[in-house]
Amino acid sequence: MSDAHVHAAAHPLADGHGLAADHGHAHHPALQHHFETMSQQREAGVLGMWVFLLTEVLFFGGLFFAYTLYRSWYFDAFAAASKSIEILPGLINTVVLIASSLTMALSVRASQTNQRKATVNWLLATIVLGTVFLGIKVYEYADKFAHHHVPGASFQFAHVPGPGEAHEEPAAVGHVTTMGPDELERTTQLFFSLYFVMTGLHALHMIVGIVILFIITWMAHKGRFDSEWHAPVEMTGLYWHFVDIVWIFLFPLLYLVERHN
Amino acid sequence: MSSVHVSPLKVYFGIFGALMVLSAITVGAAFINLGSLNPVVALTIAVIKATLVILFFMHVKYSSRLTKITVVMSFFFVAILFAEMFMDYSTRGLPYLPPSLR
Repeated sequence: MSDAHVHAAAHPLADGHGLAADHGHAHHPALQHHFETMSQQREAGVLGMWVFLLTEVLFFGGLFFAYTLYRSWYFDAFAAASKSIEILPGLINTVVLIASSLTMALSVRASQTNQRKATVNWLLATIVLGTVFLGIKVYEYADKFAHHHVPGASFQFAHVPGPGEAHEEPAAVGHVTTMGPDELERTTQLFFSLYFVMTGLHALHMIVGIVILFIITWMAHKGRFDSEWHAPVEMTGLYWHFVDIVWIFLFPLLYLVERHN
Repeated sequence: MSSVHVSPLKVYFGIFGALMVLSAITVGAAFINLGSLNPVVALTIAVIKATLVILFFMHVKYSSRLTKITVVMSFFFVAILFAEMFMDYSTRGLPYLPPSLR
């Protein structure tokens, strides 16, 4: 394969006849006809993936704006609602998802260095960690249903005293004093709507990612990748890391509002 | 002809360690009363974490200038989105002002 590349590289200005003569043996089988070299093809792929991720950043950006606006309007409700969420599952998920980014990065590296077995194993580890994340998310969603914290007809929100607080009346607790129970319920529902849309869209991205990971793992297992061509692994990696970055912002914004009170 | 940059393993584990430490700091800082600086600290740490992931896990540090510009543009567009939407909401009149300002 490297011989073929040396050969192709030796005739950078080859005319049509020369190229026709080269066809069939001169280049990597994964090189598409509209690219000159593998590195040009790779560069185009990476750029295209980043343009897609740009649209994804804007997609989530709209939701982050909605969050910012309503948080500034109804800060007390956001603080009260955020405090009702358990931190531990969110923190565990943060660790799990960053670990899955590590295993994803290691599988891309393994494919860069022609380690087929390691590529497959790191991809499988990424699938396992992604599934653990979704499992914990299911536990968290079930908890929201149990507490009637799901927006809709049966939504209920009352200030629940934290472990540090005595069983005081809501009127005596910090910021919440300015809001009546009706307004608190109405405005905390906004927080939980954003919570479910943002974490739900994030989880949907993870489900899509895991499906893609299964396909890539199968391709890697079949020996479809080498150090010259492993674009699907690399692109899946970029997607997976993007999903990780979304969570890096979601975790403090949803779980850690006004925890110090 | 390997034009692709292969990072040493220690880079990946080092970045993972840094991300773990920063996550712990995020949680710790949330329990300290910093007043209006709490969200600033939380978001600053999140931006640092995202930057580490983008530069090292997503290899943007070793990517072409065109890719780097595309990455920066994505966040630039989000900044435009936020600026325009805030301008919109802050000039719509009473029903769209924060309840405390109505």
